[in-house]
Amino acid sequence: MRRALFAIGGLLAFLLLWEGYKLVGNPDGTVLFGTRVLPRADDLSMPHVWTVLSRLGQPELAGGSPVWTVVLRACLFTLGITAAGFVAGTVVGLLLAVAMQRFVIVERGLLPYVILSQTVPLVALAPLIAGWGGTIWPAWMSVSVIAAYLAFFPVAVGMLRGLQSPGTAGVELMRSYAAGWWRTLVKLRLPASLPYLFPALRLAGAAAVVGAVVGEISTGTRGGIGRLVIEYAREATSDPAKVYTAMLGAAVLGLVVAGLVSLLELPLMRHRRRVEVATL
Amino acid sequence: MTAVEVAGVTKVFNAGRPDEVTALSDVDLMVAGGEFVSLIGPSGCGKSTLLRLIADLTPPTSGSISVAGDTATSARRKQEYGIAFQQAGLFEWRTVLRNVELPLELRGMSRAARRDRAREMLELVGLGDFAGHYPAQLSGGMQQRVAIARALAVSPPLLLMDEPFGALDEMTRERLQAELLSICAQTGAAVVFVTHSISEAVFLSHKVVVMSPRPGRITATIDVSLPGRDETVRQSAGYFDTITSVRKALRG
Repeated sequence: MRRALFAIGGLLAFLLLWEGYKLVGNPDGTVLFGTRVLPRADDLSMPHVWTVLSRLGQPELAGGSPVWTVVLRACLFTLGITAAGFVAGTVVGLLLAVAMQRFVIVERGLLPYVILSQTVPLVALAPLIAGWGGTIWPAWMSVSVIAAYLAFFPVAVGMLRGLQSPGTAGVELMRSYAAGWWRTLVKLRLPASLPYLFPALRLAGAAAVVGAVVGEISTGTRGGIGRLVIEYAREATSDPAKVYTAMLGAAVLGLVVAGLVSLLELPLMRHRRRVEVATL
Repeated sequence: MTAVEVAGVTKVFNAGRPDEVTALSDVDLMVAGGEFVSLIGPSGCGKSTLLRLIADLTPPTSGSISVAGDTATSARRKQEYGIAFQQAGLFEWRTVLRNVELPLELRGMSRAARRDRAREMLELVGLGDFAGHYPAQLSGGMQQRVAIARALAVSPPLLLMDEPFGALDEMTRERLQAELLSICAQTGAAVVFVTHSISEAVFLSHKVVVMSPRPGRITATIDVSLPGRDETVRQSAGYFDTITSVRKALRG
């Protein structure tokens, strides 16, 4: 409840800042020695909040369906792609982490490439992945693969840390019970890794959204919110509020994904609730 | 029957490297079934290492160790011993009851049977009312008692304890000592007990093994003959005499 209030407070602060800057900012932006240091504050660059919101209710094109339904449909399409990418990325990340925990040689050999994978520019990779679309998987799945490519990384790294988190005391206790690697994994390492896994999943969720939006754009996939942002941006000079409706949709999509991921956490982290210590 | 037999055991850490340490040198130790033996000595005398060798948590460099007539490794595989460390080492995501159930679970005992057994063990250490709590909700002394209940749950013929009461205050310590003795009397378990405290070693043990460091070795074995192990013993002359002889042995 309090967290919700804080979130709303943060949103209000942002809106005030936006409208406040529009009020005092130079419509042509502030230029210092030929460089623009503050953005333009005119209605074309920064439409009023209420203009954007009211634009949501108006038809996309004359006689078409209202913008909000178009944005919502695009968001749901991208949400599907994101979900597929998130799940695939998480599974791959978990498997990699377990393999790296099990075999030191895999960790030594693989971890540098896992890190390297994230420094390859996505725009260079996207056409390659898109090229496989329609052959070994349907075209929309290419975008999921890109989302998964971004999402697996935080899971692999976070989960590896989590699996390695139990101290010698726990590991030796399991050894004294004659528990092998698998049972030590299930009874000790997996439960101990949860506090590391959940923040990693939240990062993976955000990365999957970014991957899906960017992936749609760079593979030219139609129907999603990433594509919609580009389409509306073309009309930015005549209809500036429209592009902000699509961006708003993308932002809300990110929040929804983050919210869904943190829901996973609730049932599994009961023991972490703040509790009083009984002394006897 | 012999619970533990250690013969000519030497343990060298980091052999062949500049930081080579001889933790134990040519150690012999016998623990009879149902016997309570304490290992005492200054830090670095290898008493914890000796315990870990018996538990097969680390292999000896040379010499042989047998537990219940078996090699240390196969005794560990058959879970012939229960172990408790200085740190309780409870799993924070499990309730107290499920922590005690853990070794039973790994033995494949049925859910109902292990639940009953764990409850029984918690009653024994006086924590019956805290079965549903998480470890973070308990004080250090209570956590340690849970760890002891966990070690006892499989009713092992041998109990290995590495300064289990080290982190506790004097009052809790004495109460747990009395509890431990009554539990051992009930189950007939042999105990190898590592401690820093002379009075604790004398009060609990049939035999106090005195060790000295660099390299770790056994310098004296002192038999304790006290009439009983109730609180009056703590004031008896025999108790103080034995403490004095252990202290002398420690000074060398």
